[in-house]
Amino acid sequence: MTAGRRLALAVGGLGSILLAVAAVSLFVGSAGLSPEAVARALVGRAGAESVEAIVTLHLRLPRVLAAMLAGGALAVAGVAFQGLTRNPLAEPSILGVSSGAAFGVVLAQVFGLGLSALEALGVATFAFAGALLAAAAVYAIAMVPGGLSIQTLLLGGVIVGIFFTSAITVLISIVDFNRLGGVVHWLLGNLAPIPAGSLALFAALALLGFWLVLRHARELNLLALGEEAAVQLGVNAERLKRRVFLAAALLTGTVVAFTGPIGFVGLVVPHALRGLLGQDNRLLVPTALVAGGIFLLAADTLARNVVAPAELSVGVITSFCGAPFFVYLLRTRYRTSL
Amino acid sequence: MSPLVEFVEVAFGYPHAGPARERGFQLAGVSFAIEAGEVFGVIGPNSAGKTTLLRLLTRVLTPGRGEVRLDGRPLGRLAHTELARQIAVVPQEAPRPFPFSVEQLVLMGRYPHGPGRFFESGEDRALAAAAMEATGVLHLAALPLERLSGGERQRAMLARALAQQPRLLVLDEPTSHLDLRYQAETAALLRRLNVEGGMTVLLVSHDLDLAAAVCDRLLLLGDGRVARVGTPADVLRRDVLETVFGCAVVVDVNPASGRPVVRVVWPDPDLTAGRPDRGQPARGGEAHRSRV
Repeated sequence: MTAGRRLALAVGGLGSILLAVAAVSLFVGSAGLSPEAVARALVGRAGAESVEAIVTLHLRLPRVLAAMLAGGALAVAGVAFQGLTRNPLAEPSILGVSSGAAFGVVLAQVFGLGLSALEALGVATFAFAGALLAAAAVYAIAMVPGGLSIQTLLLGGVIVGIFFTSAITVLISIVDFNRLGGVVHWLLGNLAPIPAGSLALFAALALLGFWLVLRHARELNLLALGEEAAVQLGVNAERLKRRVFLAAALLTGTVVAFTGPIGFVGLVVPHALRGLLGQDNRLLVPTALVAGGIFLLAADTLARNVVAPAELSVGVITSFCGAPFFVYLLRTRYRTSL
Repeated sequence: MSPLVEFVEVAFGYPHAGPARERGFQLAGVSFAIEAGEVFGVIGPNSAGKTTLLRLLTRVLTPGRGEVRLDGRPLGRLAHTELARQIAVVPQEAPRPFPFSVEQLVLMGRYPHGPGRFFESGEDRALAAAAMEATGVLHLAALPLERLSGGERQRAMLARALAQQPRLLVLDEPTSHLDLRYQAETAALLRRLNVEGGMTVLLVSHDLDLAAAVCDRLLLLGDGRVARVGTPADVLRRDVLETVFGCAVVVDVNPASGRPVVRVVWPDPDLTAGRPDRGQPARGGEAHRSRV
């Protein structure tokens, strides 16, 4: 079977799963709506002011869309960082890039930027800058003659993450807490409903990052040969690395700006896909967008319902999945390479 | 008509490498030309600059001084993909870790012929299959590269280079992992590519006998400079080799081919006492590894 057909099959299959999970997510929740009521709201036959319309269309639907976007973007960012560093354990939160972006967001909030579409663009810019800064720092730390060292990369990520987390704490301590409303909840990764305009901006930025990575998926495969061999095959390696680096930082920054630093999605999802489809980035990048959506949507549905009527932050669920998974990978598959 | 490849007064020094920095330039004033259609060999001791020369030719490195030209055009003016359609490299070692299959590896050789394509075309796949057939790895196509033996890996890397359909095929230590039979087969394949396919071949090797057997002309590098360029018989001379390698050698003639064969004279305690200038190799163990 050619790679093109495998991709079509995989995207088709995962797409159906995503639709199914999205449907479940729309129909369950702490409001206890009947399936008929939700269906009425979805097809527009419920009154605009009715409970089912508000809950379904203004609370659950934006949340479902945000979860799909954030999960997809984080998973694609994971694939991008893994290809870029040739390190299968690289991922936005492990590399400390999420923390850098989070620092940018808190800084933006200190300046009073909120969640209206225009202000959200400002927040996303701060998050992007923070993500870039953190990623560049980790890169600089881990760069040794002859490439990136796998251990130093992970350690560098931890260190940079700690640094930016501390910087966030400093900001929170010195600024009037009321101006940073909900920041603690947000820092755990939180898919609170986003206004439609901001959601559209979120989608645009995430899809831009996805498209940038997708365009370079074939070249990322060649990078697995090593930089020198990639250059000898006609890849402009410097340009490639710069662009994918920017795209991965954009994806991470965008997600963190709109939903907070949700961890481990970029590790868990690409790894599951690698087991299923192999290591071809041309298959991994598009499927990561869909499968990341599935994973985070499922995690968020769980987060909304396990302790209802209270709710958990979705980041708690992904970390509970991701941390043991990371340990498992470290102890089994990558034991020899460390 | 300009030669296929031309090095004009090329100098290069690694900015941060320890020993190389102490010696100043790694390559200094290197000039030579490779004519289209010939089999050209670059030989020399370890750290003479062979790998650096190869990297300059493929634009992985840029000369500090001087110029490398392809068809009379400076390499800097060629697009990366244009250069990769002209020159293909078979590296010394296969990449590790490398998570792709042999077929996927060979298909990567098609990248410079259609960098805008997301997936390879049917023609790309047919050419990749032909390349795998030529180097005898077609039956291994679906296996992960890491599962192959050293020799199989090297032939897979050669297939990738052939899939590139280059005018100049560069081989870096092509037979280092191959047993005698595959060494002979590889040499025969290179001949065939050269004679029937009209492919120019650049061989970078420690193996003086292989170089003598397959090359039309040799470039002997010594300490970053051109020690000698010419036919194997002209370059592989006892006085030349002893100066460059810093050890005693004997040059014979291969009775089958009439080409030179080089043998090292193993350091003998009595002999070294009498000839203090060259009895002991300059770097310990060098003579063993360079197979002279």
